[in-house]
Amino acid sequence: MQEFLQQLVNGIVWGSAYALIALGYTMVYGILRLINFAHGDVYMAGAYVAFFTAGALGGLAMGSPAGALVVMLIAMSGSGLLGYGIERIVYRPLRAAPRLTLLIAAIGVSLFLEYSAQLAFGSEPRLFPQLVPARTVVSACGVVISNQQAIIVAVSLALGLGLQFIIHHTSMGRAMRAVSFDREAASLMGVNVDRVISFTFVLGSALAGAAAVLVPMNNPQILPFMGVQPGLKAFVAAVLGGIGNVWGAIAGGLLMGIAEIMVVGYLASSYRDGIVFAILIVVLIVKPTGLFGSPVTDRA
Amino acid sequence: MHIRRHGAALLCAAIAAGLLAGCAKRSSEPLVGVFMPLTGPTADFGLTTRDGIQLAVDEINAAGGINGKPMKLVIEDDRGIPAEARTAVTKLVDQSGVVALLGDVASSNSLAAAPVAQMRKIPMISPSSTNPEVTRAGDNIFRVCFIDPFQGYVMARFAAEHLNAKTAAVLWDNGSDYSTGLAEVFKEEFPKMGGKIVCDVVFRAGDIDFSSQLTKIRATNPDVIYVPGYYTEVALIGRKARELGITVPMMGGDGWTSASLIERAGNSLEGCYHSDHYSADSDEPHVRKFVQSFTKRYGHAPNSLAALGYDAAWILAEAMRRSEDLEPASIRKQIAQTKDYPAVTGKITINPERNAEKSAVVLQIRGKAVHYVTTIEPRK
Repeated sequence: MQEFLQQLVNGIVWGSAYALIALGYTMVYGILRLINFAHGDVYMAGAYVAFFTAGALGGLAMGSPAGALVVMLIAMSGSGLLGYGIERIVYRPLRAAPRLTLLIAAIGVSLFLEYSAQLAFGSEPRLFPQLVPARTVVSACGVVISNQQAIIVAVSLALGLGLQFIIHHTSMGRAMRAVSFDREAASLMGVNVDRVISFTFVLGSALAGAAAVLVPMNNPQILPFMGVQPGLKAFVAAVLGGIGNVWGAIAGGLLMGIAEIMVVGYLASSYRDGIVFAILIVVLIVKPTGLFGSPVTDRA
Repeated sequence: MHIRRHGAALLCAAIAAGLLAGCAKRSSEPLVGVFMPLTGPTADFGLTTRDGIQLAVDEINAAGGINGKPMKLVIEDDRGIPAEARTAVTKLVDQSGVVALLGDVASSNSLAAAPVAQMRKIPMISPSSTNPEVTRAGDNIFRVCFIDPFQGYVMARFAAEHLNAKTAAVLWDNGSDYSTGLAEVFKEEFPKMGGKIVCDVVFRAGDIDFSSQLTKIRATNPDVIYVPGYYTEVALIGRKARELGITVPMMGGDGWTSASLIERAGNSLEGCYHSDHYSADSDEPHVRKFVQSFTKRYGHAPNSLAALGYDAAWILAEAMRRSEDLEPASIRKQIAQTKDYPAVTGKITINPERNAEKSAVVLQIRGKAVHYVTTIEPRK
């Protein structure tokens, strides 16, 4: 039982990161019907921004919550800016092109970012600075929770709620929902579609930037290809939850994190990466639109 | 048009020069080819090995060379790329006319180069390629380091005899031949010595989260945890284990050997053990002499790669001194007969599989440095 509870904690922490990354996928898909394969690499870029920011701030960033917050905000801005740039330079000129062209462009951007990072930062895994030194905050019934793990879950939850607020209680959020529902009609109603799409990219990328500080804080290692696996799994999480659905992405991320941890803990550890896709296949067979997805209506 | 004709003439000249160079005569001084990465991401491994080799060759020549003739090195940089290691060996043998080869450091490069050396019947000694396959390429391929599985045996014995461990957990990378080799032998040997494997879990290279594996290990409460991985993952595993409240020592292999391990792991690996080829702490006189002259010349203490390079060069020189005609075939025969050679990385005997039978050392991480603990002899 102790072991199970500890594994559940591990799973929720690990799944929170997937949830944050999955939000970016699901938002971009919701608005553009595009699977932004470069999203995992935006996450990677955020981690390097945080790495160099923390390095530049030196002792100022270490050990104090304010320092860690500054690093995270700068990483979120960096990722957001990159997301904006990618949309502006690559996706916008292709918006009228067939969906497949856009998808291949996304894969191109992904490879470009990965190899540019390798060229610029080297392929050696870097040690991520200890922004918040690990300390045990809960130790009861054999379950240990560190301050880092608590921060990951709390910050992810706060960002998820913040996003929900933006989407449902601001005019930009209403515009996002309108563009997602019907881009042309929204544009006829006076919604500045380009701005809404840019905003969506910035927001989704900034969430990946937050994950890029939270994950290495607890697992202090970053490298140019660090975004590939989480990107793929967060994409699966988004599909699992019902792509385009915010709560679905969060639920999908948590479910995947917990599933991965439990497979290692109770079944065979070598199936860690496999289980994710097994779950995806089962869900897609039973409920093709994902757990929280609404049925597809033909709008032709 | 004019330019093109000029180019063709140049090309002909180049081909002719290449053909002439191709039938280079062996010089009267014995030439030894060295191929290893001197640039690129693994340059560090090659450079420090070369320093060890260079020191040995200078000592050999100061002591009269090979029966009066100085031993000369021809060094090729293969940038740590298997295909370039193959090219480097071809060039060293066909153009420079070397009678023996020293290289490479990484097993993947040695595996690529060995068939080329074997085909041309030039003896090759790898200083530090530990993959068992390397010397199976043919009867000209030797090594002076132990092979991967031996380290699993060493740590099983160390756990059972020195730590008096009764139970052990094994956490290994099932995507790496190195880690698999060490883990399999440990799991086979430790129970034979009265121990019990209570938990057996895997990870993949590149993983950053080990909380699940370690929670599982924690529930089985082992006396030691064997983690035969490379330093980047080991550092993360060490941190997470301490975070989860696991306090028992962890053990590993030479994949732990890196100056950055302690920095990456913080103090989470304090008191942990790993096997290695040699220790600069040894108080044996010939080891101390090597450490002193290396430090004096290069300004830092030699690591195990430098020591293995030094040993490889000396074993080759001794074989060349014993050979009657300095021809590759007789040098090959003499290397195979190396027995109880007192190398700085332990007493070396070349066995019929052309691997080195030798001891390994166990080191402990204490106060931001590694310290010698004990030597484990090869099994009889």
